[in-house]
Amino acid sequence: MSTKDFDWKLVLRSGLLGGAIAILLSLIGIVTGFNETYIIYKVITFGELLVLGPILAFSFAALRRTSSSDSGVRFTTGALAGLTSGLVLLAFVGIGQVINLRAVFVNASPDLYAMLSYNQSLPIGMLLRLLVSGLVGLIVAGFTLLPTRLKQALGQGLIYVILIGLMGRLIGTVMTNWGFVSLLFEWMFASSGMSFLGAIVLFLLVGGLAYWRAGRPKVKPRLEPKKQQTVRWATLAGVGLVLIFLPNILGLWFSEILDNVGLFILMGLGLNIVVGFAGLLDLGYVAFYAIGAYTIGVLTSPELGFFNLTFWQAFPFALIVALIAGVLLGLPILKMRGDYLAIVTLGFGEIIRLLALSDWLKPWLGGTQGIQRIERPVIGLGNFTIELISQQQLYYLILAGIILVAFIAFRLRDSRLGRTWMALREDEDVAVAMGINHVATKLTAFAMGALFSGIGGTIFAAKIGSIYPSSFQFLVSINILSLIIVGGIGSIPGVFVGALALMGLPELLREFAEYRYLFYGAALVAMMLYKPEGLWPEARLKLELHEDEIPPPGDPVPSTEGS
Amino acid sequence: MPMLEVENIHTYYGNIHALKGVSLKVEEGEIVSLIGGNGAGKTTTLRTISAALKPREGQVTFMGMDLRKHRPHDVVRKGIAMVPEGRRIFAQMTVMENLEMGAYTRKDKKKIAEDLEWVFELLPRLKERRRQVGGTLSGGEQQMLATARAMMTRPRLLLMDEPSMGLAPVLVEAIFDTIVRINKEGTTILLVEQNALMALSVANRGYVLETGTIVMHDTGEALKKNASVQKAYLGME
Ligand SMILES: Nc1ncnc2c1ncn2[C@@H]1O[C@H](COP(=O)(O)OP(=O)(O)OP(=O)(O)O)[C@@H](O)[C@H]1O
Ligand SMILES: [Mg+2]
Repeated sequence: MSTKDFDWKLVLRSGLLGGAIAILLSLIGIVTGFNETYIIYKVITFGELLVLGPILAFSFAALRRTSSSDSGVRFTTGALAGLTSGLVLLAFVGIGQVINLRAVFVNASPDLYAMLSYNQSLPIGMLLRLLVSGLVGLIVAGFTLLPTRLKQALGQGLIYVILIGLMGRLIGTVMTNWGFVSLLFEWMFASSGMSFLGAIVLFLLVGGLAYWRAGRPKVKPRLEPKKQQTVRWATLAGVGLVLIFLPNILGLWFSEILDNVGLFILMGLGLNIVVGFAGLLDLGYVAFYAIGAYTIGVLTSPELGFFNLTFWQAFPFALIVALIAGVLLGLPILKMRGDYLAIVTLGFGEIIRLLALSDWLKPWLGGTQGIQRIERPVIGLGNFTIELISQQQLYYLILAGIILVAFIAFRLRDSRLGRTWMALREDEDVAVAMGINHVATKLTAFAMGALFSGIGGTIFAAKIGSIYPSSFQFLVSINILSLIIVGGIGSIPGVFVGALALMGLPELLREFAEYRYLFYGAALVAMMLYKPEGLWPEARLKLELHEDEIPPPGDPVPSTEGS
Repeated sequence: MPMLEVENIHTYYGNIHALKGVSLKVEEGEIVSLIGGNGAGKTTTLRTISAALKPREGQVTFMGMDLRKHRPHDVVRKGIAMVPEGRRIFAQMTVMENLEMGAYTRKDKKKIAEDLEWVFELLPRLKERRRQVGGTLSGGEQQMLATARAMMTRPRLLLMDEPSMGLAPVLVEAIFDTIVRINKEGTTILLVEQNALMALSVANRGYVLETGTIVMHDTGEALKKNASVQKAYLGME
């Protein structure tokens, strides 16, 4: 082994960082917090994974930067990086014995030290910790030496075991609905995490599948158009069936999440028109949601007793009011651009919430007490009617709303109006020079967005049954905007993906208790770094953010047409 | 009666007095060049004509209509198109979609298709690249696209703001060839340029603008021979 290939600084830096992050996670309390949460029962806890994870990640990073393919260099690099991390942990525990760190870091508890030294006496435990850290580095080094196909298989198997192990309880809530499948569940999972056997079977299954797939030839045989059509319809039918039975498949708890995600999709589709299509940064979007909900409330609640309409009688009024509000807000502000628009709309959103909260409008809007006993929507004809009350029933109402709104959004995007919005978004001056009436065009975008948000509001009111001003915080607008950005601004499928990621994921992360927003934040930052154009970007925008990947203008561009 | 008549316009940006009484005329069928240094007010003049800016004083008359009364998006319907400074094409739209935006105000599908053919014949490179996204075109191609897009409005008068800016000499020649061809086929052109030599060579008449005022006016040839123009704009001693 030549010393030239071996990079001391790299090893040291990676090792120190790995150790430091492990300590950071320990001091946050997350390591001890999950010391009882098993990923594989009696084998490894999530807490231990959080200590080993950073060590693994950074020795991997060090190895990735090591260009030498000499196995001696690689094993030394991995082992030393791991050992360095282990030494950092060692030092941390040592300092903890001398100085009472707990005075500053509440989580630097004896439990943590015990866990870091594997519940052994201090010298033996720390030696063990050091060995394990070094071993992790060695294993990683060995891993990087494997052929790609095997690496992929092992990596995927590992990731699946960890994810499924963590999600055990959630998967349980779904599977128990299913009768015989629940037997499988009992066998695969233990009281916490996966059973040892279950983990091994899953690992082999996923790994084997990945190995097999990596070995297949890449090019898929092209189906003839007619078959493609059939495949497409079959997929569509399959998706449709799944959507229809989803609440039954997933059970009550997931249906609640689905409903919430659905409402955000509904509103995201609307805001996507305003922000994504027309490029108007609207931060007060929650206002229209509130207006839709409150209109339903005022018109239907017997408590207020003004109108006592049914949900469906009140529904058109709610839409009209939301639409009018959109136009009224739109008129004065459409001359503004960018930042100014954002500030004014933000103010508008707050004004609406404060109005709902005010004593002045209390006789009509209920002030802090809000509006209770809002009518539930009833569907059906004649004697065959059902009132939509449960989350599982409301799911269908939301689904219908989404399908309608998504359809409209798709049509709008490809319409002349959609093109006009796009032109305005890209260059307002030039668009005007082409003869586009910018005020009218922006106003339609604003009104459309308001309308969709209003629809969301009405369903929200029906779903909750009672509304309070506190449901319409500024944060709602921000959440909707974020989901659009995460999904990919201007992209309709992106709204779905974004809503699932931003609104659905935190619910799934409930397992992580109070740390879930930590994971969530980390995931968001990572996403914005690696996929700044969003998870499902609009094809056009993708081009802009990855300009370096575009062939230089001189190159011929693949065209689908012959010339 | 001239096609376009600008009489003594004063345009301001807030307190900045950018145009201090500019007057010029464009007759039907002409190419008129407006030359001047940086910040002289050339772009401002064009933007005032196209009603994007309102002059505080003065008249803009196009084919007998008072243009100041129109809103900026109506001006194109009256027959005035603009090729803006700095190749402002719609970067995320394809070449085809950019051209379709040019025909935004027009209804007659058949005529639009004819004009599209004509534009493609004029600028064949655009036809090759009609499915390419505008932002990925080269600078010269973007300039061609901006010109073609303006032509798709079927203008009587085309306002062009520094079409040769930042282009290699070969491309400058090509752009000016295109300008002459467009003019031959019946479109009147008001051309703003810093490349005075080229601009004055193709122009019937020319105006020289300095700090918001027209300081000289003559035929293109005469201006090219004028000593002070040569000194200030043609780099000759
Ligand atoms: N939006 C604006 N706000 C304030 N001042 C402006 C604005 N646009 C232009 N000006 C000023 O008006 C004057 C004329 O500008 P204009 O853009 O018309 O010059 P130009 O002749 O087109 O110059 P160039 O050849 O560099 O494009 C300049 O002094 C400029 O600084
Ligand atoms: Mg200019």
